[in-house]
Amino acid sequence: MARTIPYAVKGPVASIWGVLSNPYRLKSLLGRVVLYLVLLAGAVLVTIPFIWLISSSLKPQAQLVAFPPIWIPNPILWENYPKALTALPFARFIANTLIIATGATLGTLVSSSMGAFAFARLRWRFRDVVFFALLLTIMLPGQITMIPRFVLFAKLGWVNTYLPLIVPAWFANPFFVFLMRQFFMGLPTELDDAARIDGASIFGIYWRIMLPLSKPVLATVALFSVQHHWNAFIGPLIYLHDLDKFTAAIGLRYFVTDTQVHYSLQMAASAAFSIPIIVLFFVGQRYFIQGIVFTGVKG
Amino acid sequence: MVSFFKTNQQREALYGWLFALPAIIGLVVFDVGPMAASVLISFTEWNGVTPPQWVGLANYEEILFRDELFMLSMRITTIFAFVSIPLNLVTGFLLALLLNQKIRGQSLMRTLYYLPSIVPLVAVAALWRWIFLKRFGLLDIGLAMMGIQAPDWLGDPNWVLPAFIVMGLWGVGGGMLINLAGLQAIPTDLYDAASIDGANAFQRLLNVTIPMMTPLILFNLVMGIIGGLQVFVVAFVMTGGGPSNASLFYMLHLYRNAFEYFRLGYGSSLALVLFLYIIVLSALVFRSSTAWVYYEGNR
Repeated sequence: MARTIPYAVKGPVASIWGVLSNPYRLKSLLGRVVLYLVLLAGAVLVTIPFIWLISSSLKPQAQLVAFPPIWIPNPILWENYPKALTALPFARFIANTLIIATGATLGTLVSSSMGAFAFARLRWRFRDVVFFALLLTIMLPGQITMIPRFVLFAKLGWVNTYLPLIVPAWFANPFFVFLMRQFFMGLPTELDDAARIDGASIFGIYWRIMLPLSKPVLATVALFSVQHHWNAFIGPLIYLHDLDKFTAAIGLRYFVTDTQVHYSLQMAASAAFSIPIIVLFFVGQRYFIQGIVFTGVKG
Repeated sequence: MVSFFKTNQQREALYGWLFALPAIIGLVVFDVGPMAASVLISFTEWNGVTPPQWVGLANYEEILFRDELFMLSMRITTIFAFVSIPLNLVTGFLLALLLNQKIRGQSLMRTLYYLPSIVPLVAVAALWRWIFLKRFGLLDIGLAMMGIQAPDWLGDPNWVLPAFIVMGLWGVGGGMLINLAGLQAIPTDLYDAASIDGANAFQRLLNVTIPMMTPLILFNLVMGIIGGLQVFVVAFVMTGGGPSNASLFYMLHLYRNAFEYFRLGYGSSLALVLFLYIIVLSALVFRSSTAWVYYEGNR
């Protein structure tokens, strides 16, 4: 009916009136309100567990089970963190994890980039067959090779050492090979030709041309690898038996399934274990997301 | 420079093999070899210490006819996968659609939704065990405040799987991110053309967005199947398979046989059966994909 703005109404009231009196604009406004409401509600839902994690980790035991729940602890018990992290030798666990992560990441950077270079830049017989076989193993579920690998490493006397968790990384990860190969393929071959004319060897092309130009993809692989070894569970669980050899992940599991440990300390340990990986994500966000996007969209 | 090789091609081929050598050794020693070995081991009864006994198909007979926990764990894993995978797929897709709109705080929203998916699984399990705690957990407190009598999530055989499904939904941000990247890769001229032809927003979604996204949905579905059938960490940490085996996921059953009861032969046959199951499901998905996946390149 009254779609014209009343004569005297001006300013913000007028614009609201304008929206309300126009069915098309009203519809799109409603759509946007619903969109924001849904997204906000969802964001609150996914964020609550985080807040609860941090809040619980800073609580005195008595406030853990309060009804209604207490969100901001009083007093804020920062000492829950040192308490939790010294209840078990977590410093040792973290050092162990870093030893494994560093050794494995170094290995996979070297071996996977070498493989990627061979598949992207060199011509040799059976290259495509080998590459295809490698691609197939990306789809291979880990559980199928778990037991024979265990037998192999047991025969080598490597059980209860870090070797089963580090050494395979020195023999290339098929997914990383694939990721880096695609990146190398995107670099112009004129670079190789120019280097060859200048007398560079094949190794020189790999070392002085390809690797320096591939820092973004190397960063992505390094981040994925560190994240993987920080989170890795079933491997360390199978191979590491002594407490002082535990990684942080299985140390945390040991800690949180101990019924004597109250939930504040469990949450403090869980938060302390998660924070480094979240920080790592924010620091390397660009490379992380490139890698994930690449996996999904072009994989 | 004096060369052993008659031609540059020969040198290049040699270097090709050399550079790919770590990857090839890794492929043989850590993937193909163990795969073949697991078939052999599956025909034995072996504790890893005394020599293996050849038992023919006895392990498979046991799986099919005598191991009640096999059928149970298969059923639990299948139910979980058939609910959880589509739920996460659809939610991740819808979330990506919403977060692909021009909204305020877009990148903050995306980060909030994505964050849970980078929390290490052990920490996720510890946190949600606390949230699901009977009576004192945040969920039950929240439900009680709304006057709802909450179930004992992790202690009730009927509620433990729903609890795992809810928890899995918390990590939907990973799928969302891949879908977002997919949405951004759709050429805008397709939308322009559709608009010119008079398509409204819903028709554009139905006839442009969804067809263009089907290859990515197929990828996510297959990866979801491979991952969803191998759930281990969360069940191992949160329930250990309980209560009364109601969350005995397949991998838990496999792990127990291989590494707690030291039945490497039986564990290997369980692994192969799961592998076969994954292949059959993936093959069915791929076969059906000709009917619903749209590839722009070949029509």
